[in-house]
Amino acid sequence: MEFIDYYKVLGVDKNASQDEIKKAYRKLARKHHPDINPNDKNAQKKFQEINEANEVLSDPEKRKKYDQYGKDWKHAEQFERSRQSQEQGFRGQGFQGDFGDTDFSDFFNFMFGGSHETHSKRRQAKFRGEDYHAELQLNLSDVFKTHQQVLTVNKKNIRITIPAGVENGQQIKIKGYGGPGINGGPNGDLYITFSIINNTKFRRDANDLHTSVDIDVYKAVLGGEIIVDTFDGKVKLNVKAGTQNGSKIKLTGKGFPVYRKEGEFGDLIITFNILIPTNLTDKQKELFDQLSKLSS
Amino acid sequence: MENMIGLNEFCSSHEIEISFVRTLEDQGLVEIIIVDQALCITEDELPRLEKLVRLHHDLNINPEGMGAVEHLLERIEEMQQEITLLRNQLSFYSEENG
Repeated sequence: MEFIDYYKVLGVDKNASQDEIKKAYRKLARKHHPDINPNDKNAQKKFQEINEANEVLSDPEKRKKYDQYGKDWKHAEQFERSRQSQEQGFRGQGFQGDFGDTDFSDFFNFMFGGSHETHSKRRQAKFRGEDYHAELQLNLSDVFKTHQQVLTVNKKNIRITIPAGVENGQQIKIKGYGGPGINGGPNGDLYITFSIINNTKFRRDANDLHTSVDIDVYKAVLGGEIIVDTFDGKVKLNVKAGTQNGSKIKLTGKGFPVYRKEGEFGDLIITFNILIPTNLTDKQKELFDQLSKLSS
Repeated sequence: MENMIGLNEFCSSHEIEISFVRTLEDQGLVEIIIVDQALCITEDELPRLEKLVRLHHDLNINPEGMGAVEHLLERIEEMQQEITLLRNQLSFYSEENG
């Protein structure tokens, strides 16, 4: 447990007036308030710090005690008494509700345990539990089809349906699976953000998939059939005679499933990569030479 | 039917005046429903209303300011979704050129 310099937290002088403290608190609170910075853990932490600093410095009694014993808190008899009262069951109840664990610091509880309910009384009554946020890592191949998965959040098993076609970074809300409600109120919600890792040779661009296919120069020149891999199996494809290196063809409906639109798929775009033969035999060289002469 | 929460209960729990919530309603920030002559909000509306109460108490923002904050937060959310989409596209083109 470390000493916390509340003046430094609010960026005010030790002789700052109540007005200056209030002004500094308001300014920092506007910047770091969790409602203004949703899903930002750093802002949440910072807001807790400034909230705690304000709780102490805006209350003349607490401020006096802090100024008097702050740095020597480890040796002060008063703090021992405070600690004893804390052990009897008091606990800091700072800004709480939708932002996770927002208790005051151990330092605060050690110094003021059980004596700071005035500012926070309003906060003790809440209906709704806090929202939980979790990240779920999936492979691209996992989200090609709708499937169910069991997650463990705060020791509770939750079976969720992951719709085919979810995007990397997409967030879904599972209502009622957040923190428990208070005073009989509803639970918070669980927000799951998907982190999708591409474990395939296909590149995904929204609902379309891209891949490249090697074909030999003879097939490119003369045309013919080839077998190519799509995301869900192989297909036979006709290569047109005279296919150029880097040319593309589109296989409609062979791409990725469209999110929440059952039976709809994007396209698969294939880029042809023509392989030029190396290590030619004498006979092959001779034939290429003849071709070259015929062309010129 | 959606779960309803009595406005009286909400206001007494949060130590706010009903008139404050009515002002929010006037600003189009919250929807109040009358059920059996009692003012209620839906459970779905609760997180939003609690957020507005926090903004008012913690940051001293008036209802007009809250409307602006709500609007800007929605814009930020839209932009974040767009950033995610663009990041995915950027990753696609990086893979293509890598």
